[in-house]
Amino acid sequence: MAIRGHARKVGHHIDTDVIIPARYLVTTDPAELAKYVFEDLDPSLRQRIGVGDVLVAGENFGQGSSREHAPIAIKGVGISCIVAVSFARIFYRNAFNVGLPVVECRDAHARALDGDELDVDLATGVIRNVTRGEIYEGTPVPEFMQRLLAAGGIVGYVRAELAGRQ
Amino acid sequence: MGMTITEKILAFHAGRPEVRPGDLIDCTVDFLFANDITAPLAIKEFEKMGVGQVFDPDRLAFVFDHYVPNKDIASAQQCKITRDFVAAHHLPHFYDVGRSGIAHVLLAELGYVVPGDVFVGADSHTCNHGALGAFSTGVGSSDLAAAMALGRLWLRVPESMKFVFHGRLRPWVTGKDLILTVIGEIGVDGARYGAMEFAGDALTHLTMDERFSITNMAIEAGAKNGIMEPDDLVLEWIRPRARRPLTVYRSDPDARYRDVREYDVSTLEPVVSAPASPGNVVPVREAAGVRVDQCFIGTCTNGRIDDMRLAAKVLAGRTVHPHTRLLVIPATPAVYRQAMDEGLVKIFLDAGAAISTSTCGPCIGGHMGVLADGEVCVSTSSRNFVGRMGHRGSKVYLSNAAVAAAAAVAGKLVHPDEVVRETVPA
Repeated sequence: MAIRGHARKVGHHIDTDVIIPARYLVTTDPAELAKYVFEDLDPSLRQRIGVGDVLVAGENFGQGSSREHAPIAIKGVGISCIVAVSFARIFYRNAFNVGLPVVECRDAHARALDGDELDVDLATGVIRNVTRGEIYEGTPVPEFMQRLLAAGGIVGYVRAELAGRQ
Repeated sequence: MGMTITEKILAFHAGRPEVRPGDLIDCTVDFLFANDITAPLAIKEFEKMGVGQVFDPDRLAFVFDHYVPNKDIASAQQCKITRDFVAAHHLPHFYDVGRSGIAHVLLAELGYVVPGDVFVGADSHTCNHGALGAFSTGVGSSDLAAAMALGRLWLRVPESMKFVFHGRLRPWVTGKDLILTVIGEIGVDGARYGAMEFAGDALTHLTMDERFSITNMAIEAGAKNGIMEPDDLVLEWIRPRARRPLTVYRSDPDARYRDVREYDVSTLEPVVSAPASPGNVVPVREAAGVRVDQCFIGTCTNGRIDDMRLAAKVLAGRTVHPHTRLLVIPATPAVYRQAMDEGLVKIFLDAGAAISTSTCGPCIGGHMGVLADGEVCVSTSSRNFVGRMGHRGSKVYLSNAAVAAAAAVAGKLVHPDEVVRETVPA
């Protein structure tokens, strides 16, 4: 599965409170949550995100709370994929569960600039910076997580599991 | 080769003789829970799964703690989703306003988690229960929904790290200061994906309340779980309340750890996490003098009876500084009642504190004490990220209950010694 989009860069240790502040956790609607995404990180960031953009982050992206509203809000605003140096573990699971692909890559954050056009290959973890003609080697998305994505997230996975039992 | 306590619990629940870090396992879960924010999303996903029934209604609790009593129409509508689901599915373990408390404190208090469990909650501080010798971890709503449907959850076996504490803590130094010190040292991702195992003679002198505040904050170092081997105190504490049989696991002497760190805690000072990261830890004396607008004593980290007692020791006969507000929120009705029976509530009221029914409210900047731009709060909670307790221009210092109480009296950050020594009780 390949994804192409423009890089939108954020920093290290981006926590779920700045992704979607708890004061907005009174709905589960992706469009409603997307209105407030990254509000406490940078109130203008949301306006700069275009549909299909690839979020490029530093270390420990998504630290903090278990709120699945965080990947839902990011997906809701149009981000197609997140490439980060590393992810906090609950966020990592939540992203796949809601069908938002994420890739771990050490170099993309250090080398790509905001706005660069990126090609992300989930199976190999290879990220091609089309703008700069560079290749960044990421970690391939684990096979199990690829199956989750192919099933459309955990809901599809559970449905298949239950069908298999009958 | 031996296994750690975490590996042993996971191996048993995966039906395997042994597991190793990195193994992907499918494991049975002993108990599940979600709160008023995470449950509606879990219910929505659960309903899409088309399974109809919860795998075992006796192994699921819904605990309302974040936006209760409902703060506005949106939170009321959101809670109604769960209330309706509970009624439709005849779920027996539902805790609503009045009988509810902060989930992690309440569920442990009521014996829903026992040593040896795999306990899963749709709330990141579910790692709280590791102090009982259980594997306890937080997940998102969809994972919780999957576990509600299947009674199982896939997990990656974490690498274990061991933190060994030696010595006796000085006055005003608590379990909270131990965990903040560790996070300050290893960083907010120092234990990412790992299991934090806490050990050492210093722990044996800590009450259950203090131990819970240590495992509660394992998530703030990025860990999957925090855990301690159950000792006599744990067994004494859990036996009268346990709802299920318990199993005591201990790490093998030849268990493998990614890292083992030893601490002499006898010289430790009370510490704070300065804005805006739990990993930004300094002794309170180094932050002394910072003007404080609000102090908050409560939450799943430090809203237990020990915290109430510690705060009361500082506040007895003293009053909250004129430019400072103090909020005290006992974590559960039982903590509230105990604080009342011991005369602590009177001490808080006399000091000028606002006391509230159990809620997470202020910790997440949700309600009951939201901060304005530029305001500073000293809080016994676990997170001080930008905007966590209100306006993105507000600032939060994390501390133990004595430091928060002392700051309330002094109107600024101080070592509790200075307040207790310098201001004679009225």
